[in-house]
Amino acid sequence: MLPPRVAFALPPRAGVGFKPEHFDDVMALRPAVGFFEIHAENYMGEGGPPHRRLEALRTLYPLSLHGVGLSIGGPRPLDGEHLKRLAALRRRYEPGLFSEHLAWSSHDEGFLDDLLPLPYTQETLQVVCDHIDETQAAVGRMLLENPSTYVRFAESDIPEVEFLAEIVRRTGCGLLLDVNNIEVQAANHGFDAQTYLDAFPLVAVEEVHLAGYAEARDDSGHELRIDAHDSPVRAAVWALYRRVIARIGPTPTLIEWDNDVPDWATLHAEARRADQQARKPAHV
Amino acid sequence: MFEAAISAFARALTDPAAPPPEALSGSHPRGFAVYRNNVAVSLIKSLEARYPVVRRLVGDDFFRATARAFIARHKPQNAVLILYGGAFPAFLRAFPPAAEMLYLADVAALENGWVEAYHAAEAAPLTLAAQAQIDSERLEGLRFQFHPATRLLRTATPAASIWAAHQSEGEPQPPAHWTPEDALITRPEAQVLVRVLPPGGYDLLAALRAGATLGEAAAPLIAAGGDPGAHLVGLIEAGAVSALL
Repeated sequence: MLPPRVAFALPPRAGVGFKPEHFDDVMALRPAVGFFEIHAENYMGEGGPPHRRLEALRTLYPLSLHGVGLSIGGPRPLDGEHLKRLAALRRRYEPGLFSEHLAWSSHDEGFLDDLLPLPYTQETLQVVCDHIDETQAAVGRMLLENPSTYVRFAESDIPEVEFLAEIVRRTGCGLLLDVNNIEVQAANHGFDAQTYLDAFPLVAVEEVHLAGYAEARDDSGHELRIDAHDSPVRAAVWALYRRVIARIGPTPTLIEWDNDVPDWATLHAEARRADQQARKPAHV
Repeated sequence: MFEAAISAFARALTDPAAPPPEALSGSHPRGFAVYRNNVAVSLIKSLEARYPVVRRLVGDDFFRATARAFIARHKPQNAVLILYGGAFPAFLRAFPPAAEMLYLADVAALENGWVEAYHAAEAAPLTLAAQAQIDSERLEGLRFQFHPATRLLRTATPAASIWAAHQSEGEPQPPAHWTPEDALITRPEAQVLVRVLPPGGYDLLAALRAGATLGEAAAPLIAAGGDPGAHLVGLIEAGAVSALL
């Protein structure tokens, strides 16, 4: 008999990225967090402790399935075997949401293990939409995440927010709004974060990501922000987040902390902070 | 255009001497270096996670240089990085800078077996109580179905002892005897088990694993005056067998 489990849908509150080192604390404390998000590729082994932990976790919390390796934003055909693995995980764990990135990670060289940028043109828009159609046919409806990028292509002639809006219009997918990625790109590409946000197709946003970025400065003093996921959420990101929630209402919101992972109490406090921020009035 | 832009980007990523692609003109001058660094570091991190004892044995700098050489020849062919790096032990065996350290490839083979066992499919292990129910006269004609996590490893160096000495923090002691070792790796439940096999165990288990009946597999051991019983109890006790057919 299957164990009893909680509702599949993600509640409109904060969740956290699941880390195996927090498993014992989570099972002992049963903390009040909205959901746990997992990186799909970490659960593509046949069995073992990762699946044992996830089976236990899903009886207590809704899950969100987040892929980091499908390479939707590249010119090459999607890996059909990878789509099958994603579909199998979705069937087995019944996550409330499934999301992937506007990025590529595989090419002739193999899998490069990074979220790499693409030009925004009519040609690339069609390829990305075809890949999303194929993914949604194989795995089910998905959310697409706005990227963090460190370079831009000179040939891009469609603004990123319009590129995302058109993908939504053509494919029916939803969007995952990573607020930290806006702050990272605003500094790296010299645009205003609020202006970007105001032009973002917020009506399609079904999940929000929050994280900490790192700062580097080159010899000539140019600031470069890195999407490091290794620290607390920055004040400017919280301010932007309040603006998002004021516009779209409470929304499932993930704290991403994947490197220099803190203890459970610190991570949980960051999730509680997101819930508090979502209740604060924002100046829209 | 798309194909050309991404191909140029990918080529420049993996060639540290190449300038950033021209298609990125107007971007932050250091932006492309971030990607180059991410791609170089993230796969090294995967190998560090899979081979922690090899890393301790050679130190961080040697490990990183070795990993970089491995990655240049063996890119992952899909995004499932928990399965990436299985070719590293064979690479180490043929890697000239590691030629003096014969145990290195052996320890790597054990660590790779450990990770494979960790992610292997689940199956209920055969218990000693269930085995005791089987008529002893029938036993000789039975074949062993091994648990999907079970691996056998024969090394010319005391790799299992070296590996075991590095499982806790603090200064590891060198092995008491520098002799070849046979190891059994399995994971009947949540914990991966690594056991050094007693003399005679490997050949018996290897024959069973190759599909021989117990009678066939045990004949050489019995002829040499050995007792297969103790080996079988150890094998079943470790949870390395899922059925007798």
